[in-house]
Amino acid sequence: MTVAQGTRSIRLDSLTRVEGEGGIRIDVHDGRLEDVKLEIYEPPRLFEAFLRGRSIREAPDIVARICGICPYAHQLTAAQAIESALGITPGEEIRSLRRLFYCAEWIESHALHIYMLQAPDYFGVENVVALAAKQPEAVQRGLELKKIGNEVMTLLGGRSVHPVSVCIGGFWKTPHRAEVLALKPKMERALELALGTARFVGALNLPELDATPECVALSHPREYGMNEGHIVSSSGLDIPIKDFEQTFLEEHVAHSTALQAVRAERGSSYLVGPLARVNLNRDRLSAAAQQAARESCISWPCFNPYAGIVARSIELVHACEESLERIVSYAEPEKPSCEYSVRAGEGCAATEAPRGLLYHRYRINDRGIVQSARIVPPTCQNYRRIEDDIRALVPPILDRPDEEIMNACERLVRNYDPCISCSTHAVKLHIRRH
Amino acid sequence: MAAIEKPRLAVIKLASCDGCQLQLLNLEDELLEIACAVEISYFPEASSALLEGPYDVALVEGSVTTEHDLERLRDIRKQAQMLIALGACANAGGIQSLRNMQDIGEYTRAIYAKPSYIHTLAQSTPLAAHVAIDFAINGCPISREQLLEVITAVLLGRTPKLPTHSVCVECKRNGNVCVLVAHGIACLGPMTAAGCGALCPGFRRGCFGCYGPMESASPDVLCHELIARGVPRDEMIRLLSGYTSWAVEFRAAAEKLEKVAL
Repeated sequence: MTVAQGTRSIRLDSLTRVEGEGGIRIDVHDGRLEDVKLEIYEPPRLFEAFLRGRSIREAPDIVARICGICPYAHQLTAAQAIESALGITPGEEIRSLRRLFYCAEWIESHALHIYMLQAPDYFGVENVVALAAKQPEAVQRGLELKKIGNEVMTLLGGRSVHPVSVCIGGFWKTPHRAEVLALKPKMERALELALGTARFVGALNLPELDATPECVALSHPREYGMNEGHIVSSSGLDIPIKDFEQTFLEEHVAHSTALQAVRAERGSSYLVGPLARVNLNRDRLSAAAQQAARESCISWPCFNPYAGIVARSIELVHACEESLERIVSYAEPEKPSCEYSVRAGEGCAATEAPRGLLYHRYRINDRGIVQSARIVPPTCQNYRRIEDDIRALVPPILDRPDEEIMNACERLVRNYDPCISCSTHAVKLHIRRH
Repeated sequence: MAAIEKPRLAVIKLASCDGCQLQLLNLEDELLEIACAVEISYFPEASSALLEGPYDVALVEGSVTTEHDLERLRDIRKQAQMLIALGACANAGGIQSLRNMQDIGEYTRAIYAKPSYIHTLAQSTPLAAHVAIDFAINGCPISREQLLEVITAVLLGRTPKLPTHSVCVECKRNGNVCVLVAHGIACLGPMTAAGCGALCPGFRRGCFGCYGPMESASPDVLCHELIARGVPRDEMIRLLSGYTSWAVEFRAAAEKLEKVAL
């Protein structure tokens, strides 16, 4: 094969089986890869702008609308950031219920991604319907698992897309113990299905990509990092959440309506999400999830982005097992939310959304009105990493036809479960005073 | 409507959160059956097979906020026999229509480091502001039950039956204590279309109107009553300026209150 002379531009206009709208552009010059751009054209919706002037009581409902797939991640993170500004900490019972809620969202989101968005790649089909013809049992398993996640969210939040129960300090109303206990047999079933999922994923023939990303995740001394903790990385970073904005910078590039986050000190990309979390917090997974990790074909820590689906299946096991414990031990809080008095202040929070680290910061005035907001979702933090991975993937396959290269890129991108809808709302807010 | 044998379905999004099309994927018990009854021709979020039009039915989520999306909408209108608008964004501009009351230049300058990279229209508008729509399913998000009813009706060739009454009717049916009467909580239930199952009052909070105005809503009467009961005027305006703020009834009521406030 002779090296092609001149410039060649390979373009994928519309990424499919990802949440939201984007494409990929690869520029090749004289047979050498010149540039890779993840082009995000999802329209910006300007959330940080219209959060200004809204009451803190409304914030959890408004931020839910950033993303239909992980609304609770935004609601919880907003509530905790505002609680930090108000100087309040809800009690252990509310904290436990919040984790149960978050586990349910992980189950719904991870099952959706594994079976509906990513698995079709491994069976040479274009969607879950075609997959159902080839792998009916697997698709049924995925749908049932996803449904149980949605059912738990519906009990706790009224509905799984944009739940209505979340407020500053806790919940508008908490369920009775009997209602929560009724979920036990369902969650036992979900755990079986999750273990089945781990076996299903373990049998997939995963491609390899040589990559050494810096993995970043929340870490907690006693539990699997999810709703609070320190931010740690595989390069030894260990910072409190309040240092997030000094440590990670968001850059605005012309080819994207989403910002791209990088490490502030060296401008390098980093990885967030299930693979980063399992790499960093494996020893705090539930017993069954640790066993699933040991029995997987992966030697941990693992930096191959294609192993993301394995990490996601291990987290499904964890989320089901932790849910089960929290269902059994649930005690209805005396009050559904902790009381607070409004005061001026600023607060931030970070949690682990299904797709990775999510950061919110709010400044509020003494009437409880939001003065400024900043939201950094996981997908913005992974964009630069995805571009780096494409740069590693493409050179050895440049002699292939454009379509084949693009298919390979698209498969690679799906490992990250990018949520483009979330990412286009991650915009830096400079306050202008009138 | 006449029944269509195995209609070709397209599912498309403009400016939105993906939540309404997710409700289709959240029909876990019915999804595979639906997929057998239709041909999923174009559904980028769920399928990598993107087949060209024409389509029998297009489900469109999201509002129009860019020139590019306006072109896409006009194109899909040409290609689709029946266009169904999904949710608060497609039918009332969505939460992003809050920009409509602001100076968009100030908004993008205030937000983006390099505003020249951002191409956005001054307003977020519903589909019906640009093209004819054949049917609307309201809600933020739409309800799975209503979506299933509309899909079933389309397959059978009958008109979908969606409720035209208010959230109050659902509340009474659920046996909820009225949060407005009993606790003086600001609630848009009396003027909001049913469909959610009166979720918010069930959680002991007021309805914030995410299904948009009911048929022949009387916002002025409700606003007057709530303000008389002590709901601050600015809170009332914010309540109307939410997920369906560009719906004519909500917008007019908010504007009236703002004028009085001046």
